[in-house]
Amino acid sequence: MRIEAIGCEPNLIKRFALENSTRLDVVRKHGAYDMARKAVTTMSPAAVIDEVKKSALRGRGGAGFPTGMKWGFVPKDSPKEKYLVINGDESEPGTFKDRYIYERDPHLLLEGCLISCYAIGARTCYIYSRGEYKYLIDILDRAIEEARAAGFIGEKLFGTDFSCEMHTTTGAGAYICGEETALLNSLEGLRGHPRMKPPFPAVSGLYGCPTVVNNVETIAAVPWIIEHGGDAYRALGTEKSGGTKMWSVSGHVKYPGVYELPMGYDNLEKFIMEDCGGIPNGRKLKAVIPGGSSVYIMPASDIIGKKVLMDYEGLVVAGSMVGSGGMIVMDDTVDIFESTKNLTEFYKHESCGWCTPCREGTDWLVKVFKRIANGDGRIEDAQLLLDICDNIEGKSFCPLGDAAAWPIQSAIKKFPEDFKKHLVPMLQQDAIAAD
Amino acid sequence: MNSEQPLHSTQFTPNNPLPQEGLMPDSIATFEPEIIREMDMHIAKFPVKRSALIPLMFIVQRERGGYLDPPGVAFLADKLGIRITDVWEVATFYSMINTEPVGKYHIQVCRTLSCKILGAGAITEHCTKRLGIKPGGTTEDGRFSLSEVECLGSCGTAPMLQIGFDYHENLTIEKLDGILDSLP
Ligand SMILES: Cc1cc2nc3c(=O)[nH]c(=O)nc-3n(C[C@H](O)[C@H](O)[C@H](O)COP(=O)(O)O)c2cc1C
Ligand code: FES
Repeated sequence: MRIEAIGCEPNLIKRFALENSTRLDVVRKHGAYDMARKAVTTMSPAAVIDEVKKSALRGRGGAGFPTGMKWGFVPKDSPKEKYLVINGDESEPGTFKDRYIYERDPHLLLEGCLISCYAIGARTCYIYSRGEYKYLIDILDRAIEEARAAGFIGEKLFGTDFSCEMHTTTGAGAYICGEETALLNSLEGLRGHPRMKPPFPAVSGLYGCPTVVNNVETIAAVPWIIEHGGDAYRALGTEKSGGTKMWSVSGHVKYPGVYELPMGYDNLEKFIMEDCGGIPNGRKLKAVIPGGSSVYIMPASDIIGKKVLMDYEGLVVAGSMVGSGGMIVMDDTVDIFESTKNLTEFYKHESCGWCTPCREGTDWLVKVFKRIANGDGRIEDAQLLLDICDNIEGKSFCPLGDAAAWPIQSAIKKFPEDFKKHLVPMLQQDAIAAD
Repeated sequence: MNSEQPLHSTQFTPNNPLPQEGLMPDSIATFEPEIIREMDMHIAKFPVKRSALIPLMFIVQRERGGYLDPPGVAFLADKLGIRITDVWEVATFYSMINTEPVGKYHIQVCRTLSCKILGAGAITEHCTKRLGIKPGGTTEDGRFSLSEVECLGSCGTAPMLQIGFDYHENLTIEKLDGILDSLP
């Protein structure tokens, strides 16, 4: 598996290749915590938020919400505690980038947390990771201990009045806990059901206090912004999508891995066919899910020769989304009916049960998929699947329902042949074959 | 911060114990002082004790042979000042919390798309053949349980499986045999 930067200097991943890069003494030699010192001792919280606003940094967890704007929503005059919560749930199929930030440079994340806490006026930061990432939580715990011993975490940091505590905590196997309000419930020791929005977490989040929830990669980008300035970060990418982003690439490519690319990288075809080594075994590209399982599937014909720019706007124009940047590449051996069935089973398993459209809808979808897979597909089943999707999309309590519907809707639209061949009753198929 | 802090969240019903005697399992689990210290370290992270419930469930599960049994649940309710049903409610939501016994080695094969198209099916099949159990099953000697699980964040090194908390990636059948052979 490769980890490299393409089309830009390694920014987020610059310390990944160092020997013992999880150790404080090693990364200190490469500037770790210097930017936290700079922010806390020379900048006001408002100035930090301004730089992040200027940087056009957008949330890397999937929704792409402008980070500086989110921080600006935290009420400054609230007497309540404020919290920073790091979303390390990373359960979107195809996504495995946060994992390598934990594994290779935990102090980068911790430094980002310090700066972000300072900016929003939080004294406590919780880093919530999916339960399966136990070995990574252990790495992070050790890093927190080291940073605390060295005086980077704790009371009165850098000779100022700024104090900041950090704690790791864990989920226990539930995709829905990546949704920020479900995560907060989980962090309060409850079932991971999403909460009603508004109020948004920035106003009423953890324990009813103002809370910023950000993805691991989002926060890991903050030290660079403080070092080089918001304008410089924005200039790495495009006007509306600043900076660089880590893409997780898996499936049928020669070199799967985690790639740091500038936002607006030109273009998706070059990235898959050249940078990732193309499709192995002499096969042809069939389809790409560019941003984690929840986004629209793209057929090769929407990519090859189309110069798709890799940023929030470019992928929307091309018919999909950046999402979490978890790119799944499929060659021409894959049956898109099967791949869609696989993902639908994922959503059925992960639907939290809170709202009816998503709980019952995903269950029905899987029932229909299974019946078709058993050879009992009827020609009207494509429409039946779309009707069920229509009863989920936009009608579920949280976006998990939409995420279950979109892959099916786009797959049926873009790969009708793959569905049709399952939908003709067996007898009829035999007749066609005999013709 | 301390545990006296008022609660703001409306979704949180704090220490409002039902008469626990009625629901009390016939015994309550006990733990070595060192384990209690480990638990207290998690509780100390939060202004509200209940927030430590998931980390503590993992500890109880680890210490009580791999699953959360009724005495373990009673212990957690007592320790965190919540109802026994509160613990069950949470325990049954999360797939990593076992409420039934599992084998000493819990083999969890990822079945989601990236792993699937790179041969997860063959990995599960091989486990089934070698161990004589289907996904969801446990061997009679209690050594192995087999499950199919959803994406574990190792899609770039697919196919993969987790045994307990250990990741095994870039699997081939030979590599899988090597891993299974090397388990003590
Ligand atoms: C079903 C669902 C799952 C999600 N999973 C994750 C996740 O695993 N990691 C993550 O950072 N954000 C996830 N999100 C997005 C979060 O709700 C939230 O937008 C994000 O953590 C905000 O941080 P950001 O602005 O830095 O991206 C998920 C959202 C939904 C609806
Ligand atoms: S699909 Fe198997 S680890 Fe992600």
